[in-house]
Amino acid sequence: MAKLNLLLLAVLVACAIGLVTSQHRARKLFSDLEREQARARALDVEYGQLQLEASTWALHARVESIAARKLGLHAPDPRRVRIVRPAEAR
Amino acid sequence: MSKSGTQGLVRLPVWRARFVVTALVAAFAALGARSAYLQTVRTDFLQEKGEARYSRVLEVPATRGRILDRNGEALAVSTPVKSIWALPGDVEFGPGQKRRLGSLLGMEPKDIDKRLADRSRDFVYLKRQVSPEIADEVAALGLKGIHQQQEYRRYYPGGEVTAHVVGFTGVDDVGQEGVELAYQASLGGKPGSRRVIKDRLGRIVEDVESIRAGQDGTDLTLSIDGKIQSLAYGALKAAVEENRAKAGGLIVIDVRTGEILALANYPSFNPNNRARLTGAQLRNRVITDLFEPGSTLKPFTIALALESGKLTPNTAISTAPGSMTIAHYTIHDTHPAASLSLSQVIQKSSNVGAAKVALAMPSAAMWSMFQSVGFGEAPQLDFPGAAAGKLRPYKSWRPIEQATMAYGHGISVSLLQLARAYTVFARDGELVPLTLVKTGTEAAGEKVLSASSARAVRTMLELAVQPGGTGPRARIMGWRVAGKTGTAHKEENGAYAPDKYLASFAGFAPASAPRLVVAVVIDEPSAGQYYGGAVAAPVFAQVMQGALRLLGVPHDAPLVPIESPGAGDDAREST
Repeated sequence: MAKLNLLLLAVLVACAIGLVTSQHRARKLFSDLEREQARARALDVEYGQLQLEASTWALHARVESIAARKLGLHAPDPRRVRIVRPAEAR
Repeated sequence: MSKSGTQGLVRLPVWRARFVVTALVAAFAALGARSAYLQTVRTDFLQEKGEARYSRVLEVPATRGRILDRNGEALAVSTPVKSIWALPGDVEFGPGQKRRLGSLLGMEPKDIDKRLADRSRDFVYLKRQVSPEIADEVAALGLKGIHQQQEYRRYYPGGEVTAHVVGFTGVDDVGQEGVELAYQASLGGKPGSRRVIKDRLGRIVEDVESIRAGQDGTDLTLSIDGKIQSLAYGALKAAVEENRAKAGGLIVIDVRTGEILALANYPSFNPNNRARLTGAQLRNRVITDLFEPGSTLKPFTIALALESGKLTPNTAISTAPGSMTIAHYTIHDTHPAASLSLSQVIQKSSNVGAAKVALAMPSAAMWSMFQSVGFGEAPQLDFPGAAAGKLRPYKSWRPIEQATMAYGHGISVSLLQLARAYTVFARDGELVPLTLVKTGTEAAGEKVLSASSARAVRTMLELAVQPGGTGPRARIMGWRVAGKTGTAHKEENGAYAPDKYLASFAGFAPASAPRLVVAVVIDEPSAGQYYGGAVAAPVFAQVMQGALRLLGVPHDAPLVPIESPGAGDDAREST
């Protein structure tokens, strides 16, 4: 009888410790998850800012003026453009 | 031994032992009662207090959805900023700190004092929407009573080019104009809140419950093509400035899908900096402003005549002597001719011809023609303030009104309605519903005209841009163009102003298989030229050519340079 009681006590202690550690691990994992989610939000914000920056650099008026003034580009003469249709390409 | 043993024993009175037992039992009973009281009666209060030590309710902010053009380029993006606020009763700082804060926020120290004057208030904004970098510097000052709050600010990289379509939001990130207002519900999202458990370091360790599920705003992809939009805005701006006009509007529609590829207005504004904004800059003229379209409406009169079956494109209309009087009112032609075929009425833009054609038809038929192409009713478009236009019931028409309506006077439309109506000719008689949101699929049109009449009018509109017509400057190299000029006197105080005009052009290309409809209006050109063919047609040509090239539309005309007509070469019209 005493043996059984001791065994049960040992099992109880083991369970209790297991519960504490798993709770601890769950909280730790959860705080990791929170941190990653916060990072995801921050990255999303950064993505928005970069998108904004990209759009500002790629303003059509800006691209056009750089192409024309700095690089000396111009639209090709329509006579020198050939439009290829998929059927003709074969 | 035994004696000494009994001697050592002190006989205590029995009551003492009883007293101790009773006291102990009473103490235990008191503890039990107290704990029962706490566990049952006071349990809610205590649990609440306990939870308050570690559980917190967090707001989950919703970010506003982005607005993108059809190629995925950003037109409006929200990004977090900070607002600096103060508790006036708590604020303590020396003059040096005040100056430092003022220089960071761009405020004079006396302005800060003014804000903080009422010390009984709990919450005063010092400055809203400052950049995160400046907010960090303010936080580094460590001033007492100065706090920060996270907010969002909307940025518009497209600036003035897309300002009228996209619109803008107010300081609270709620849409106030344009698409931002029209799609507020889906863009805005709903902030949520949740209850969490925090540890002593402030880290969230457990999610207890979600009180309200938050919902971020969804991104919106518009039908606008950034490149065509930019091209259209640039061309329109140049034309308005060159002609010293008051304003201008332009719209590009994809005939197949009904998508609006570009919608430009000038004057415009910078949505990122809206100080000193006037109503004239703010108005989306293309959608909200009405005008008497003038000759650009003639094709609809002619289409009705063809549809009735009584006239063919070659039917001769007597237009001698180039004027016509109905009830004290005389209609004039700029190029008087004795007789014109129905095609030539369009080509030469004859008012007398159009009026005669109109008077031969019942007013009810004419009214239902105008009505069926969308005049007089607000377009089904998700945009605030879309104008319906004015089309009076035919029962109240007098003959002179029916005659003037034939060439676009006494009826008012928006440029959007006019452009949409032209899809009838471009799509073999089908009127297409317009959309500002990218669909990418063929739109189902509503049949309002027979294909043969629509094609006949298309041929006439092609003639109108050939030399000898009113709009040869609308031609472009490589594609066949069809369209109609308009030059209308502006109405002022109930009469037509003799020297104020609206120059317009509406047309489509390639004429063999129309892909785009472009409509342009220039308000009060005052640099000498005022005819639609001279002021609006070149803008049309420039935008149409660029847009067709950008979309890779196959050529349907030989690639020979177009000789620009001399000043006196092209026919002109008076409406």
